[in-house]
Amino acid sequence: MQHGKYRFIVGFLALPLIIYAIFVISPFIQAFQISLTDWSGLTGSSKFIGMDNFERLWESDDFWNALRHNVYMLALVPVITLGLGLFFAFMLNVGGKSKKNEVVTGVTGSKVYKFVFFFPQVISITIVAVIWFNIYNPDPNDGMLNSLLGAIGLDGLQNAWLGEKSLALWCISAVMVWGHVGFYVVLFSAAMASIPRDIYEAALLDGANRFHTFFKITLPLLWDTVQTGWVYMGIIALDAFALVQIMSVNMGGPDGATDVMPLRLYQTAFRDSQFGYASAMGIAMLIVTMTFALLTMRFARRERIEY
Amino acid sequence: MGSTSAHNNGGLGRRDVIKRSAALGLITVPTMGFLSACATSGGGDDNDKKTETPKGETSAENPLGVKNGAALEAFIFKGGLGDQYAKDAEADYKTKYKADVKHTGTQQVGPKLTPRFAGGNPPDVIDNSGADHLDMNKLSSQGQLQDLKALLDAPSMDDPAKKIRDVIHPSTLDKGMHGDKFDVLYYAFTIYGTWYSQKLLDAKGWTYPKTLDEMVTLCGEIKKAGIAPWTYAGKFPYYVHFNLFAQIAKIGGIEPWIAIDNLEPKAWTSNDAVKQVVEHYEELAAKKYFLEGSQGLTHIQSQTAWTRNKAVFIPNGSWVENEAAPTTPKDFGMAVGALFDGTGDKMPTGTLRGEPSEPYIVSAKGKNPTGGMELLRIMLSKKHAQNFATKVKSLTCVQDATEGMTLSPGLASASKAVKAAGPNLISLQLQEWYPALTDEKIGGLTGQLLTGDLKAADWIKKTQAEADKVAKDSSVAKFKRTS
Repeated sequence: MQHGKYRFIVGFLALPLIIYAIFVISPFIQAFQISLTDWSGLTGSSKFIGMDNFERLWESDDFWNALRHNVYMLALVPVITLGLGLFFAFMLNVGGKSKKNEVVTGVTGSKVYKFVFFFPQVISITIVAVIWFNIYNPDPNDGMLNSLLGAIGLDGLQNAWLGEKSLALWCISAVMVWGHVGFYVVLFSAAMASIPRDIYEAALLDGANRFHTFFKITLPLLWDTVQTGWVYMGIIALDAFALVQIMSVNMGGPDGATDVMPLRLYQTAFRDSQFGYASAMGIAMLIVTMTFALLTMRFARRERIEY
Repeated sequence: MGSTSAHNNGGLGRRDVIKRSAALGLITVPTMGFLSACATSGGGDDNDKKTETPKGETSAENPLGVKNGAALEAFIFKGGLGDQYAKDAEADYKTKYKADVKHTGTQQVGPKLTPRFAGGNPPDVIDNSGADHLDMNKLSSQGQLQDLKALLDAPSMDDPAKKIRDVIHPSTLDKGMHGDKFDVLYYAFTIYGTWYSQKLLDAKGWTYPKTLDEMVTLCGEIKKAGIAPWTYAGKFPYYVHFNLFAQIAKIGGIEPWIAIDNLEPKAWTSNDAVKQVVEHYEELAAKKYFLEGSQGLTHIQSQTAWTRNKAVFIPNGSWVENEAAPTTPKDFGMAVGALFDGTGDKMPTGTLRGEPSEPYIVSAKGKNPTGGMELLRIMLSKKHAQNFATKVKSLTCVQDATEGMTLSPGLASASKAVKAAGPNLISLQLQEWYPALTDEKIGGLTGQLLTGDLKAADWIKKTQAEADKVAKDSSVAKFKRTS
């Protein structure tokens, strides 16, 4: 009976592996190949030019500028998103006052909040970007944010938002946080639900407050989930293409203040018709993303607590 | 459960399965080698491919020899002008040749068609317009564009005695050339300038200024009246260039501008008109003559602010009348003014920037290039030129096609301005040739200039530096113009 096993397993694995190879691995390999050519993307012919594209990339101020913005977002967006996600999830699940029957509960109305938080996740990113673009409309009457500020007497804070060089990147980052917090609230809520209630009860009996229970119990027991979320959110911050492409002034402006790597890649490929150079950018992005993921996995590793 | 452990029964353990499937994956990768060649070499021998063009009999009615029943595919940019006017022409083609016409209206001509050109099956007719258009210089140099000489020499639909080349505007003939090949037909004729509401000016007793200095004075009065003198599409700063660049050419003369188009060294810094014009914009910014928040507005938002009389002037092109129609009040009296006089002008008062626009191309390697040219011939008939003027309130390259028609206010004003300008029409190439330079780089600088964050002197210095960078970049195809 044993000898049939290989055939059995190969039979099951072959199809998914072939599909994976065609649609995932082969484009990767092609990107490497194309990045060594001067392919315009418009005709079938191209010339092999070695590492020229990578040399150009290394010396390109524009690309470093774009990369820098991705790194800024990478440094801030995941911290804020996960921080808010953890905070809200904690409040929704264990942050409430104790009631008669249950010691550990969420704040009042937590079910409604959960729905509200998750809602942005349901909307496509394009729609989110268009909505927020209109919220940031600088017109003091038509722009939602500006007219709101005007209505509550904070005219001084009215701004051109996306048109303001020092603010534009953070305006877009704020949308990124807004759009993703809900997902982490739900993710962390699910993870928290699996933490045994008696641990909390014991801590509360010993006189721990919410602050203590969060940092001494919840966070350590959720560490694996947080780490995964971190990598996922980091990759989103390294992308940011859709939001920047739709929302930013002059495609990555004003004056390059919101440019990000994927937008640069898109412009190089489709505006400038330099697919070879754009592929080199894609590979640079792959390297940056992989480095980030590996570093996070390596340095965020902690001993797993069994419970 | 026993089979998960390899120790006792000598079977296949969980680890082995993983190891072996990984190995299988590695074997699969090299077999993809032949596949990996497909993206770049799929149409590799395209250059030698002779497309079998369906050819019909030529006749007086059918001078190009279109084959009856041969299908046609049209890809039309659907922006400010919509695509109904093209559909109307396609309908005529359909009835005349009893053929299917596949129509696609899109704003993303470039991203959608790049793979089709690379794959060797492009559509026959393309209106290659909008922000995401195909790089026509690359297409032309790679032999993808049909030579339209046959079209130019064909008789026009209205008068068999006249060739197409005789009925279209001479600047359309110039602009459509790549080297000595005419392969782009700019169907529309766009008038750029300073747009305003005649009604608002009349009501306030203001007159459209003749000189840059008068403009500054009038802006002061307008601001006192509680209206913003100017607005602009900050999200697309190149809208400002429509006026800014043309104003430089008007004052400095076309010769020094050609040096700028040709990316010659010191072309920006050595031209005094550049200084004059950019300092004018610096002054407008310093005196806060731009509607607050304009730097974050889209073209639609800025046009809406303008049609609501929140601002008096807007730099724009003649498509604005059609695009802003939904928010334009009935008695708005849309009008366009010519470029302003500075000091020591090389070109006379009334000089205007008028550009052939809406570039139509026919794919040389498409299935029916003859049919593509015939569709353009139909569009160049008086009937369709007038249809275009009525439907989208814009001019075509067909000369005098709108004579005797009642035109909408903006279009009437634009054709009046063209008449007044006579031979003094300015045509600029810089944005067409080097969009990355004008829109992204100079556009970024202009955005800063108009918010007052950049001084005129720095704008000129940095613009020159960016132009020099492009001039040195061997990966950007270069062009030269002599007139």
